[in-house]
Amino acid sequence: MKIVVCVKQVPEVTNVQVDPVTGTLIREGVKSILNPFCEYALDHAVRLAKAQEGIEIIAITMGPPQAREVLLRSMELGADEGVLVSGREFAGADTWATAQTLAAAIKFAVPDFDLIFVGKQAIDGDTAQVGPEIAEILALPQVTYGVEVTLGENLRQVRVKREIDRGFEVIEARTPALVTFSKGEIVRRVPSLKDLIESRRKPIRIVGAKDVAIPEEELGLKGSFTQVVKVFPPQEKKSGHVIQNVDAETAARQIVDFLKEHRFVD
Amino acid sequence: MLIINHKNCTRCKLCVTNCPFGALSFEGDCLQVSELCTLCGACVNVCRFNALRIERKQASKEELAAYKGVFVWVELEEHEGKCAPRKVAFELLGKGRELADKLKQELTAVVIGDERASGYEDLARYGADRIILCRHELLGYYTTDGYTNVICALIAQKKPSVVLYGATPHGRDFAPRVAARLKLGLTADCTGLDIDADEQLVQTRPAFGGNIMASIITPYSRPQTATVRPNVFPACEPDNTRKVVIEEFPVTLKKTAIRTRVVERKLIESDGQESIEDAHVLVSGGRGCQKAANLDVLREVATKLGGVLAGTRAIVEQGWIPHTLQVGQSGTTVGPDLYIAVGISGAIQHIVGMSSSKTIIAINKDPDAPIFKTADLSVVGDGCEIMPIVNRLLDKKN
Repeated sequence: MKIVVCVKQVPEVTNVQVDPVTGTLIREGVKSILNPFCEYALDHAVRLAKAQEGIEIIAITMGPPQAREVLLRSMELGADEGVLVSGREFAGADTWATAQTLAAAIKFAVPDFDLIFVGKQAIDGDTAQVGPEIAEILALPQVTYGVEVTLGENLRQVRVKREIDRGFEVIEARTPALVTFSKGEIVRRVPSLKDLIESRRKPIRIVGAKDVAIPEEELGLKGSFTQVVKVFPPQEKKSGHVIQNVDAETAARQIVDFLKEHRFVD
Repeated sequence: MLIINHKNCTRCKLCVTNCPFGALSFEGDCLQVSELCTLCGACVNVCRFNALRIERKQASKEELAAYKGVFVWVELEEHEGKCAPRKVAFELLGKGRELADKLKQELTAVVIGDERASGYEDLARYGADRIILCRHELLGYYTTDGYTNVICALIAQKKPSVVLYGATPHGRDFAPRVAARLKLGLTADCTGLDIDADEQLVQTRPAFGGNIMASIITPYSRPQTATVRPNVFPACEPDNTRKVVIEEFPVTLKKTAIRTRVVERKLIESDGQESIEDAHVLVSGGRGCQKAANLDVLREVATKLGGVLAGTRAIVEQGWIPHTLQVGQSGTTVGPDLYIAVGISGAIQHIVGMSSSKTIIAINKDPDAPIFKTADLSVVGDGCEIMPIVNRLLDKKN
């Protein structure tokens, strides 16, 4: 059984700042990491592979040449192989153009896949769209926001527990299928020295624009339906009243007074 | 147009049974497509043999202008055997009304469900010019394939200019499938929507964890589609004089078109407690609360104020509260009348999930905590000491 895990290199967003003059992101000094939700997706695949013989995990990413780093990281964490989809033609893609390219790259590099696992969203764009769009393009059933996954007997079905607003659902689909993952019970692992050494022997394949066989006008920025017209920093609210340097009793009284004043208590 | 590759066709007839419009038929051994075809793509999606493909050309300005009207998907929620519109649907109608007025076009509410659908007449009072009902026994519970097929068929036939979905787990599950099937632009989780001078939809959304805002347009494809973050836009004041116009949209849906099976569905509603999305008051705890037991007092204060307990991702990961109570980018976006943040420093991912709250009280030991930037009342101090006293003082009042 082959599980393709789509991974993405993202900036560590907690430290991203906007240049107040140009309105663009300051990327210098910001570390690149494997998107945490991709890591969870990968870990769900690794868990399945540990429980069941004969599961092969292929990590695939689209990005500039340095995106190789997240493939190395994925292989340290348990992927057997990496596929880097890279080329200038792919730059500036919106979610549709990204999904179209990744779908074609998966068909090219792993035509006999059984499952595609992706993170529920990337922490830079937060769109959560590429997974379902790949599923649609490849005509696969999908389950999103998965937190637990099991395989049916003879590996023809996948069963996924998915988070919804007020609880969860358990959904079953036939393979091939696509699942997007949230965290669930996954605890982030630190690869062992053995993992690190083994990962260096694992292969990375490169897939380019010629391989995906999509006309150039449908790739990257040219192939995108949406266009960003403006970026700007979010508005900051003006600060309110401050209580400090008082004991807990006084602070509590002032909070209750505030609640009364705003009619939250009678 | 729909292109049939007769060489690949195995005459399995799956496309014929799945066509919502009855546009496909076999003339002898040869698959035929009639003028009923709306290019909704349902057949391409079920064909396992690559025998069908849709060719679309890039649309001209005149073609784009042929798409008219603002559609809002109304998500239903089951309660005591009835399925009534969720709060987010009314918020979308409020914004949708404004957009439709700017475009001088109609606002349509699209209801997908089964016979239990109810309360949809209200949608008219909250701004809809027309309510389209898509009812079928297979649509009573959400499925990706069922809802995608219906919306695609509806869009292909009615040709709206704008389609809005609530950015809920279900909305964000099927909106991208619709976009990919019909080759449409889709902008996720919008917090701002407007119409520009060229009558285009300008969609504004946070990116990079809320550190930056981006405005996005969809110049080449119609409809322009977006998912919209709940609890950001207010609903309009209901107007009881508005006319209620209801239209049934006939749905053809086969069981075989739905490729997933719901094995179990469990809603966590502890003692009929309100969800954090709907609550008017939230008392929210962060890592500064130190231990799970300290949350009891927060819960008591919340109850006394007629609200519920919530928390940050940090304390969900500690296992102190369930995921359903998590506020923030990877949890729920909330907009209550009152939000009390206790021991929350205010990571940007948390701020974007609660900054539209009407009144915010923040309690934190660190005077430089970012949460104070959004607060109406900032209290520098230890929440673990202050909240038990607040709890006691609230008792005295009652």
